[in-house]
Amino acid sequence: MSDLDQNDVEDLSLDTVSDKLKETDSEEYVTAVLDGQLFGIPVLAVQDVLGPQKLANIPLAPPEVAGSLNLRGRIVTAIDLRKRLGMESADREKSMSIVVDHHGELYSLLIDEVGEVLRVPLENYERNPPTLDPRWRDISQGIFRLDGRLLVILQVQRLLDIIKVAAAA
Amino acid sequence: MRELKEGEATEDELERAFRETETEPVAAAPEPAAAPTAAVAAIKVDAEFTAEKSGEPSVASQSIRVSVDVLEDLMTMVSELVLTRNQLMQMVRGHSDSEFKVPLQRLSHVTTELQEGVMKTRMQPIGNAWAKLPRIVRDLSLELNKKIDLQMLGADTELDRQVLELIKDPLTHMVRNSADHGLETPDERIAAGKMETGKVVLNAYHEGGHIIIQIKDDGRGIDVEKLRAKMLSSGAATEAEVAEMSEQQIQMQIFAAGFSTAEQVTAVSGRGVGMDVVRTNIEKIGGTIELDSEWGKGSKFTIKIPLTLAIVSALIVESCEDRFAIPQLSVVELVRASKDSEHRIEMIKDTPVLRLRNRLLPLVYLGDCLKLANASEHTLTEGAEVFVVVSQVGSYTFGIVVDRVFDTEEIVVKPVTPLLRDITMFSGNTILGDGSVIMILDPNGIAASTSETKIGERSDSDQEQSQTVAAADTTTMLVFRAGSEEPKSVPLSLVARLEEIAVESVEYANGQSLVQYRGKLMPLVKMDDECTIRESGRQPILVFADGDHSMGLVVDDIVDIVEARLDIELSSSRPGYLGSAVIEDKATNIVDVGHYLNDAFSDWFGAADAAAFGAEDARRLLLVDDSPFFRNMLTPLLEVAGYQVTVASNGDEALALREEGVEFDCIVSDIEMPGMNGFELAEQVKSDGRWQETPIVALSSHSNPRDLQRGRDVGFSDYVGKFDRDALLTTLSQTLAEKVEVA
Repeated sequence: MSDLDQNDVEDLSLDTVSDKLKETDSEEYVTAVLDGQLFGIPVLAVQDVLGPQKLANIPLAPPEVAGSLNLRGRIVTAIDLRKRLGMESADREKSMSIVVDHHGELYSLLIDEVGEVLRVPLENYERNPPTLDPRWRDISQGIFRLDGRLLVILQVQRLLDIIKVAAAA
Repeated sequence: MRELKEGEATEDELERAFRETETEPVAAAPEPAAAPTAAVAAIKVDAEFTAEKSGEPSVASQSIRVSVDVLEDLMTMVSELVLTRNQLMQMVRGHSDSEFKVPLQRLSHVTTELQEGVMKTRMQPIGNAWAKLPRIVRDLSLELNKKIDLQMLGADTELDRQVLELIKDPLTHMVRNSADHGLETPDERIAAGKMETGKVVLNAYHEGGHIIIQIKDDGRGIDVEKLRAKMLSSGAATEAEVAEMSEQQIQMQIFAAGFSTAEQVTAVSGRGVGMDVVRTNIEKIGGTIELDSEWGKGSKFTIKIPLTLAIVSALIVESCEDRFAIPQLSVVELVRASKDSEHRIEMIKDTPVLRLRNRLLPLVYLGDCLKLANASEHTLTEGAEVFVVVSQVGSYTFGIVVDRVFDTEEIVVKPVTPLLRDITMFSGNTILGDGSVIMILDPNGIAASTSETKIGERSDSDQEQSQTVAAADTTTMLVFRAGSEEPKSVPLSLVARLEEIAVESVEYANGQSLVQYRGKLMPLVKMDDECTIRESGRQPILVFADGDHSMGLVVDDIVDIVEARLDIELSSSRPGYLGSAVIEDKATNIVDVGHYLNDAFSDWFGAADAAAFGAEDARRLLLVDDSPFFRNMLTPLLEVAGYQVTVASNGDEALALREEGVEFDCIVSDIEMPGMNGFELAEQVKSDGRWQETPIVALSSHSNPRDLQRGRDVGFSDYVGKFDRDALLTTLSQTLAEKVEVA
């Protein structure tokens, strides 16, 4: 993944990665780094990984909505994941993003950096610690223990549903 | 329309069956021998005959059924192609010698044709939406006992399938409405000298990228007076608003939610929901609806809708460095406004307005309304020029102020993500030729969020206010400005009409400005020297009338009409003002109309005696006068002078007060009154009862010696000319002083 062109829209050839490993006792995640913390998104939910994009401003939108962008003729709504998780916002125009599909609509989740695609054994899975920040607990599916790091699994559905509720309120 | 019962056929089926039975024998007749051998040929001939018979082109027989989804997909793809084409065009535009230029031109050409072709596949004749109407009308005519002739013209006018679906129900509703409300019963029609059979005409045709659909009936039309009364009674508008509305604006009220003037709610219509839904549906697809009705002659609804929804032409504008698209359909015109040009933005407190052809156009700063970061700066950049996009939503016209205006572009409307559905300002988003994503503004949403909610809020608080004050005695006051900024006010009941006159029609005679009003000369009176008649355009005036005389008071603008308790707190020494009162939390000068009447018609008044009058302790006074004009004019005047005034509109009312045991220190009575006149009242009062000792002062517009004598005979203590206010006050204080002496 290191050769990912930062200036161009590039698809990750995820198919080849998943072909090699087909065990059922493990899961594959696209990892992303956000403020030093490693996050994972199920590989099948991911449509695209994008380099920094120019975002069009959407006035009156909820604060988590960073703007919209054009992905090959489709309009993608950008979500500021940092804001969503209660962190300080980074420069939105320089962030990389992971594009996910939710009920037929595309959303791009702004992150600091895209990591590699990891296959993690299910035995390393842990539930959310009850002491976790409620904002994180809402959208985290659980934690994987990795070598020296922890991988927080993002629940994309929850992530987007909650924004909608907040917007309606 | 009711559900079909089992065994019943729809109109379509009947028609088809009819066509088949008609053509088959004809088709078989010419070649009885060939038929068995060449079955295929026979079918073909059959098809051709069918086509000929029904007047359709023979291509109709060669149709195939395609699922709507396939067409929708095709449409999306073509839309993408159009976008890509636009993108390429934009890139090449910068390089005049590009080798791509010629092939791109061809691509562009083909794309346009492809787009048109695909659009055509989505087109359907509007007749499809009308197919059920004849039956509905037939059912209605039986139900309502009316004779109705439904005519449908231009049924083969084609429009987008999506649009067709959306207007189907509104159309059906409107035809029902025309038949139920519009058309009279046969008896009424004959009485009105019309044909017994009422006509409802549907007409559809193309006009400049739009479809126009007209629904016309020759029924009773819309009763504007009834609407006006309804609007007032339902609180939908204030008297001032109604007075200013044109007939057409009032007629448009039938599209307001919950509005119905039908005395009876029938099974068919009259519930007050319906026309507002019709309008909402039509506006949702970017259409407009207009109404043209003449009382007694019938009504005509004109619906204007775009041919298609998928691709619209939009104006690209910029505000605070963000670009937005405004659908061309809702743009009426563009105005360039700057500080030193003819069009400049003026402020009424914080509300920006623009004078456009002698009309005030309310403005909305797009930056403000979308809460863009640097929106508050617009007042600082005074020298810069801005653009006003004049948009129309229904009958409401307003201007959207933007920083820049770019080209118009054909854009493909894409729905916004569900996350943003709650933002009513946007109707969608799109990708421009240069690949950037922009939001499409919804003028309906902007209008609703900026004006109507505010109006709604205000009227709510108004209602609350009037409810709380209702216990106290309130007067409807007209608040206006003239000359200076401070608000001035007169009781609305004194004002006969609010008028706007063309400045050109003002004439001068004998140093007095005059205007011809309703066939008579009406003097125009200025409040003071600061107040001037406008140089051009239209001048608002307040018309006061009493009997044959009327007078126009020149004002700068009419602010509002409010219900207020008329408590004059400071009496004024300035001529022309009664004093000041608090109206709507603001100190307001109460104008003494009598003073200006004096200005206008000096002959109405006796020589005004400048004698000062001393303030009395709250003396109880009964004022009897049949003219509401004078009651309204004199009451505040007398109250200012320190009297406690009770009014009666005629002699009987006054005597009723006597029977109730109410005591007064003095009675002021008009002489000329219908029924019991002033002399008779005085005789009654003096003859017996509790009021024998109460002095009576007569008021009259004509004073001659004979009347004076008669007045004294029947017991009037004094006699005062109607407009001689100072004399009245002097007389009152003298009379009361005498009474005290006598006592």
